[in-house]
Amino acid sequence: MVEGLRALLARESILVGVEAADWRDAVRASGDALVAGGATRPGYTDAMIAVVETLGPYIVLAPGFALAHARPSEDVLRTGLSLVTLARPVEFGHATNDPVRLVVGLAATDHTEHTDALATVAAMAADAEVMGAIVTATSVDQALHTIHQFEGIHP
Amino acid sequence: MKIVAVCGMGIGTSIILKMNTEKAAQRLGMDAEVEVADIGTAMGAAATADLVLTSAELAEELTGVAAPVVVVTNFTSIDEIAEKLSAHAG
Repeated sequence: MVEGLRALLARESILVGVEAADWRDAVRASGDALVAGGATRPGYTDAMIAVVETLGPYIVLAPGFALAHARPSEDVLRTGLSLVTLARPVEFGHATNDPVRLVVGLAATDHTEHTDALATVAAMAADAEVMGAIVTATSVDQALHTIHQFEGIHP
Repeated sequence: MKIVAVCGMGIGTSIILKMNTEKAAQRLGMDAEVEVADIGTAMGAAATADLVLTSAELAEELTGVAAPVVVVTNFTSIDEIAEKLSAHAG
């Protein structure tokens, strides 16, 4: 079943203004947020960090935006997303898209359930105005409001 | 043309790349079939592809692929992808 962003992003999985010392901290925060929302067990967070250690910072898909994820595994309890904004931008070592201000964590049980939600995330990241509103949100409610408004416009 | 979008896991980055490549192809009026592959299956998938799209980091792992490997820097930019597709469409 394909679900929209709203259905896959638990309120508990949104953190705004997180203090992260480096990219590991930032990815860990997005993993902790997935755990808080009941999508994953902590082992998945370690796997997301290992992906960057092994394959490099390619998860920084667009300027300021990283999509932290790892393979479907037994540590994924259900498909879900997390959204973490950083108090201070963090360098991932990406040639063109650093520094990162928004980390979206993705946990998937298969290859299709989350495609609609990902399409919304990608469209949001491509929209400078929406990106700006999300990374400067000072509360979870404010971030959610921006997302809901955007999802209304881009179903 | 057959295009393969390659990322590390085949669940995140490459799915975004596939969706945006389809949009870019549609904009250009190109008849494109876009497949997703992870870095492990990319060599096989790329064997029959006309074009491979991926990130700079992963492009280094795809040496030896017969099809042109094109590096995308902003996976959310349909403009960038369309520009790169049209450069390789001929």
